Amino acid sequence: MSYDLDFEKPLAEIDRRIGGLRKRGDKARPEEVAALERELAGATADVYGRLTPWQRVQVARHKDRPYTSDYIRFLFPDFFEMRGDRRFGDDRAIIGGMATFAGRTVMVIGHQKGRDTKERMECNFGMAHPEGYRKALRLMQHAERFGFPVLTFIDTPGAFLNLAAEERGIAEAIAENLQVMAVLGVPIISTIIGEGGSGGALGIGVGDRILMLENSVYTVASPEAAASILWKSNDYAPQAAEAMKITAADLLELRLIDRIIREPLGGAHRDHRATAEALGAALSEELAQLVALPSGVLLDHRYSRLRAIGAPASVAV
Amino acid sequence: MHQPETNGNGTFNGAASGATKLAPANVATRCEKCRKMLFTRDLEKTQKICPECGYHFRLTAEERVESLVDDYGAFQWMDDDLRSADPLHFSSRNVAYAEKLDEARAKTGISESVIAGMGAIGTHRVSLAVMDFRFIGGSMGTVAGERLTRAIERGAEGRCPVIIFSASGGARMQESLFSLFQMAKTSAALTRLRTVQQPFISVLTDPTTGGVTASYAMLGDVIIAEPGALIGFAGPIVIEQSIHQKLPPDTDTSEFALAHGMIDMIVDRRSMKVTLTHLLKLYAGKR
Ligand SMILES: [Zn+2]
Repeated sequence: MSYDLDFEKPLAEIDRRIGGLRKRGDKARPEEVAALERELAGATADVYGRLTPWQRVQVARHKDRPYTSDYIRFLFPDFFEMRGDRRFGDDRAIIGGMATFAGRTVMVIGHQKGRDTKERMECNFGMAHPEGYRKALRLMQHAERFGFPVLTFIDTPGAFLNLAAEERGIAEAIAENLQVMAVLGVPIISTIIGEGGSGGALGIGVGDRILMLENSVYTVASPEAAASILWKSNDYAPQAAEAMKITAADLLELRLIDRIIREPLGGAHRDHRATAEALGAALSEELAQLVALPSGVLLDHRYSRLRAIGAPASVAV
Repeated sequence: MHQPETNGNGTFNGAASGATKLAPANVATRCEKCRKMLFTRDLEKTQKICPECGYHFRLTAEERVESLVDDYGAFQWMDDDLRSADPLHFSSRNVAYAEKLDEARAKTGISESVIAGMGAIGTHRVSLAVMDFRFIGGSMGTVAGERLTRAIERGAEGRCPVIIFSASGGARMQESLFSLFQMAKTSAALTRLRTVQQPFISVLTDPTTGGVTASYAMLGDVIIAEPGALIGFAGPIVIEQSIHQKLPPDTDTSEFALAHGMIDMIVDRRSMKVTLTHLLKLYAGKR
């Protein structure tokens, strides 16, 4: 595993020294290697313990970060993929299907960015067309019909912005999901696993619980876009990332999300399995609480929490 | 309560700000579309439609309400007391968001990007909310989201139709995720209207883009647009910049939306009230 983010340079340096020692084979002194490994762990904990919001954006977008398909592999081994929106096509930027989880059948729906170049092209880097949102809608309504809880995994820079998406009604596709998810008669848990990019994220992101992985981000506009509009230059993306409060810790404090899932030392990309296990444990706890609620109570709670978001102040006029 | 400032009179300095503010001093206005110079007082008579080419200049929210309701003086303004709590204590380039809000209020004479109330259109009682693009690009933050939601709730509770005129660049960035979640909140509120069989008529005016289109605005039981309005999720400028795709000239216009099945009809502003009245009569039937 390489250390290729800017702020990981000190870690890369220690890692290089460890590599150098190991290359000496038998001549490497094990206690020297062990000492350097301890130093690396300490430095990693230090760097990752003080990530700025902009640095977290880099981690959230890391090319080795676990994607929906990785969580499916670890958490939903009997996943049955369902494809197509039955209207136009099958969008690989959002994948979904049924699986067994914590002793019951659930519907899994998530953005998929793609690991290698070929898969990234197929998945359009996780930027869905209307078909993706309409497939998600079909799957959610299917889940409601059979009483399967819905687990969504969010990881997208945003919905795709091109002529085809506009022609086929990307805005309507997202809007429809918001409305249907508000009253879908089964529990919904949405987890931001990487990038929560704007309406394209929200389009599968309305739920009874909103969880975030520790180094994921959730934002109304990318820091670059916000910077170019509000700071008049992309160069201010770090400032925008800071000001917009996009990290899991900030959003928990603002009570816009419910729970943070800790990532392994050095970020989710260093240990997919451990990340998946932590995610699975959190999901299974939350799910157990939600399935215990009568459907009416579940929906009342969901509506109340949506209704309460961002209550404005009142002034005398 | 709300002090309706029936817009000053004068010209549109919309080219720079994207708004159509009227200033009494100017007697002539250049049409944004055909570029002809027009007498401002002629525009006043045509509800700000270019007599030469039919271009619809943007209306202020108050002009809009006045153009629609039976008795503007009797219109009951609601929720005018709501102000953003500035939940992020946001500032950019050393300008506090709170200052930007003050500036926008001073510039527009209204208190937020949405104004709302109860009134009658063609004798039908309606819950009406109208956006104003001059107010920080008509962006939807917590106040806009709350006012829209309450307008929808008034329809659901008072059992009357809800009409929303949109004009927005999307979510308000200075309220970040709070803004994004207003999309979910307004869309959820519409489910309550559905259960009481009251219609939501969504009217899209220039421009309606971003998060507003990806939520309540595209969820109308009937969706109407003014001619030539910019309507779309991204808008042609963003698409061309982000993926360098060359677009046909009418992309993301009202006409494009109609051709692609996104809206029911395009209505000239001068026929808007008649059309809404017609619709309201249809929904009032059989009840
Ligand atoms: Zn003209």
